[in-house]
Amino acid sequence: MTLHTPARRQWPLLAALALLALATALPRTARAQDDDHVFTSTSTGVDRIRIAAAGFKPLATDATTTGYKHLFDNTLYSDLNSAGIFDLVSQSLAPMATPGTPAEMVVAQWSAAPANAAMVAFGSLNVTGGNVVVNGWLYDTKNTVDPKVLGQQYSEPASDEDTRHIAHEFADEIILRLGGGLPGIAETHIFYVSAHGGNKEIWEMDYDGQSAHQITHLDTITLSPRISPDGNRLAFASLGHDGWNIRVFSMLLGRMVSFPAIGGTNLSPAWSSDGRSIAFSSSRSGDPEIYIGDEAGNNLRRVTAYRGPDVSPVWNPRTNSQIAWISGRTGLPQLYIMDSDGTNVQRMTDGGYATSPSWSPNGQFLAFAWDRKYGPGAPGGQDIYVMEIATKRWIQLTHDTGGRCDFPSWSPDGRHIVFESDSGKSSDIWTMLADGTGRHKLTVGGTSTMPNWSWK
Amino acid sequence: MNLTQRSFRTFTQIAALATIAGLAGCHHKTAAPVDTSQYTPPPATAPTATLTADPVAIDLGQSVVLNWRTQNATAVTIDGIGSVNVNGTSTASPSTSTNFHLTATGPGGSTEANVRVTVRIPEVPTAPVAGPTDMTDDALFHQNVQDVFFDYDSADIRADAATSITQAAAFLTAHPSAKVLIGGYCDDRGSAEYNLALGETRANAAKDALVTAGVAASRLRVISYGKEKQFCTDEDDACWQQNRRAQFSLDR
Repeated sequence: MTLHTPARRQWPLLAALALLALATALPRTARAQDDDHVFTSTSTGVDRIRIAAAGFKPLATDATTTGYKHLFDNTLYSDLNSAGIFDLVSQSLAPMATPGTPAEMVVAQWSAAPANAAMVAFGSLNVTGGNVVVNGWLYDTKNTVDPKVLGQQYSEPASDEDTRHIAHEFADEIILRLGGGLPGIAETHIFYVSAHGGNKEIWEMDYDGQSAHQITHLDTITLSPRISPDGNRLAFASLGHDGWNIRVFSMLLGRMVSFPAIGGTNLSPAWSSDGRSIAFSSSRSGDPEIYIGDEAGNNLRRVTAYRGPDVSPVWNPRTNSQIAWISGRTGLPQLYIMDSDGTNVQRMTDGGYATSPSWSPNGQFLAFAWDRKYGPGAPGGQDIYVMEIATKRWIQLTHDTGGRCDFPSWSPDGRHIVFESDSGKSSDIWTMLADGTGRHKLTVGGTSTMPNWSWK
Repeated sequence: MNLTQRSFRTFTQIAALATIAGLAGCHHKTAAPVDTSQYTPPPATAPTATLTADPVAIDLGQSVVLNWRTQNATAVTIDGIGSVNVNGTSTASPSTSTNFHLTATGPGGSTEANVRVTVRIPEVPTAPVAGPTDMTDDALFHQNVQDVFFDYDSADIRADAATSITQAAAFLTAHPSAKVLIGGYCDDRGSAEYNLALGETRANAAKDALVTAGVAASRLRVISYGKEKQFCTDEDDACWQQNRRAQFSLDR
């Protein structure tokens, strides 16, 4: 017996997480301790596929073309590296060759040491007629007879943003083929709050932190962005003269659209996964309670009725028949779930200070922020946790980040979690795999909070 | 919240008991002659009482010291304060000129004492245009309607806050056209969304306390600022306390 009890308790959940992520391998150090536990071949997680991304061949040598080529290469490498299902051949171990076509591809160069790649992505990039044109292939180096897994051509306007987009599209094609059928997330977006001069506005960036741009210009404090499942509407809470109201911005029209102001403090909107309902917190009756309305904010019904703050609802995206939320009805805020008609209330956390739930796309897990030793004089580490709903077992994903972690949000493939880390003086947005590995920062500048990952 | 309600309920109950005690005293007085006719007890000395106030004239918001002395009394009540010791002092901050009325009751009957405290309410500026005009300025408002502060992760009205609420209610009663915006604030620990809900609960607790003290709810508006607006940004107890508050301001 080498593992101490808490670690043992968390193992089945880790295994389930690995299952969820299919090929998301467990950390090597964790696997090494796995002497006295029985795992099926599936529950241990599949080994990561070793893949190489060859530098794409520029079909011209001018600075524009080579510039786009480097941008494309870096983006593709980063996408594959952060996907969580690959063991990416480091650039120093890859052959110097840049095969631009299947004819120029010598598979043996890539399957041999030191690259030892099982898969290799390669192709060419050209700029013609104002467009960036990319031909990309994915080859299986073990299949010498018919190695082609994928062959794609892309043509988009010649710009940095479109070049990055092509790389994201190609990466997502590769991830879809090799990742157990789950679509990749390289084309997804993250909405977040950015503070400037006392105001807070909603911004959007690519999933890798690139192409950040401002969405709202309301000149007030705007919080809790939640993008609709179809990506067309952005709901949030905004402070006006009469207090906090839920407001909606149309991504299609590029302007605010109406949403009823119902009085009281209205916070933390949440779309059901069919896009037909919005849950949010409202104090229209005097005490913050959870309400559910249709997508236009009409036909409101109240689903909680207990003194104390009720806030931050999220739907079970698999069924839309359950809601998780945060309630201070017993004192410090705790994580609860209930049926969406307000029945079957279950408290999920057993103490501490729990906030900001996010329901995993497969419906099995809740990610949330938790300070398990909250109180005056307590060290007060607030970290991101994931709880398996069926068993209430949890694992801690962040450790010693030097800040309070908050507002986790699942990626649509369920393999990643984006969150905020706040040092007190500055706050930035980080992302990690759903097992806590691969953590890296997406924003700089220390003014970014409350990330919300798009549904697709 | 529950504690808050409970404390105010308790206050109400005490007031009710005091009223009942006062009524009981009155009944006792009328019952006494019936007893004496049957048992002829030794003649009891009638009680005496004096009640003074220092000073007898104050500016609005200041307080006076009431001082009373009685003899041969077993129960003493002062209207608006309730049952008190047979001899004692008390401070009061009346919002308008008030006759303090003391009733001393003993075996020999009862007696009364009165003192009038004049409250100088500041001159109301007469604005040439229509609108709420019985306010003087923000400074006067903030002098009399002071922010209340909260304990860690609590929305309960503390004892020190109850004093502020009483004074604020008196001022608002004297200025019936003033409307008040109550802002709820939290320190910067904890989560932004939850703190907005908690700030709402704090502001509502302050609102409920003012309503209980007689201020019309329609004059009070609540906005939670959670930890979005901070009075200070130091990471220490003093600053956190500054940020855990319900702030009152004139709602224009």
